[in-house]
Amino acid sequence: MTSRPIWSAHVAGFALGLVLLATFLATGHGLGASGTPTAIAAAASSAIAPAATAGNGYLGPMTAGGSDPLNTWIVWEVIGMGIGALLAAWWSGRMRLRVEGPPQMKTTGRLVLALVGGILSGFGARVSAGCTSGLGLSGGAVLATAGFVFLIGFFVTGILVGFATRRLWQ
Amino acid sequence: MTMPFGWVTPLSGIVFGILFGYVLQRGGLGNGCRLTAQLRLKDWTVFNVMFTAIIVAAAGLYVLQFAGFVQWSDLYVPTTYLWATLLGGAFVGAGMGVGGYCPGTSVVGAAAGRLDGIVFFAGLVLGVVLFAGLFTGLEPLLNAAPGPQAQTLGDLLHIPNGLVLVLLIAVASIVGWLSRRVKTSNSISCAD
Repeated sequence: MTSRPIWSAHVAGFALGLVLLATFLATGHGLGASGTPTAIAAAASSAIAPAATAGNGYLGPMTAGGSDPLNTWIVWEVIGMGIGALLAAWWSGRMRLRVEGPPQMKTTGRLVLALVGGILSGFGARVSAGCTSGLGLSGGAVLATAGFVFLIGFFVTGILVGFATRRLWQ
Repeated sequence: MTMPFGWVTPLSGIVFGILFGYVLQRGGLGNGCRLTAQLRLKDWTVFNVMFTAIIVAAAGLYVLQFAGFVQWSDLYVPTTYLWATLLGGAFVGAGMGVGGYCPGTSVVGAAAGRLDGIVFFAGLVLGVVLFAGLFTGLEPLLNAAPGPQAQTLGDLLHIPNGLVLVLLIAVASIVGWLSRRVKTSNSISCAD
């Protein structure tokens, strides 16, 4: 299969920086991601258990007064992200159905790891009120202390886990 | 001319989202194998892309502020809650080590056909539900050790933000130079 080469890290970083700058100039805030799974959790929880959701200290305010957590800027942005990534993958010949993960593991094991990793990440992004995009990247762009504190926690722990599990990936 | 323009509509979200997703995908950041390779220090794409982007955006905003087009106080600058910010970052880092992605890159990976990216995203929703269930008990931790509102590194270190920018460029250049032999491989395998 022929595929177009990916951009070098500094070219991709420069392009990402321009997109981030344009987003700040247009909206006053940066780019994010974890707000969308949060909105989906609030909407789903409200549909399944309306009373419990309304009474929840975190999800309640998001659905109070009939407001729709799914009609928010971050949800539209993440929909756009999916479209942009799909166009790029298609254009560069990298669109392929697959399950990635540690080479020694079977498909089920890889999917279990992805689910557990997602739960840790979704929980963590609520604790810090932002993820690698919303707090690390966008906070970093306005030189916010919070962005760099987040990135220290992110890289230090990530590298510790990466080294602890490195045999799995050989 | 007053910036930011206040263009916060569904269309603006879709437009900037498309650009964001396109660039991340073309930069190879939807590949969970590449992301975890960064955590084992075998690939330096994540660090180099992130820090270059931060510096380009920060330098752009800084120059525009200097020229009088934009004020920092009109931009969203998150506030530090020391333990929550640090611990949340640690969980997101652990999540990448275990599951291969962070929230944004799981969307990018999923859009290129990676089923583990879709499952990771489903995990994010479950993680939010777990957080909501524990919210009352976590609240004291979440609000502990708040920093000054919208504090920048310049405020923290009592130096001008221009100098912060110079220091960031120095750090990114040193790391970029040290990692120059570890090229971003075009088709990284999970066994690399």
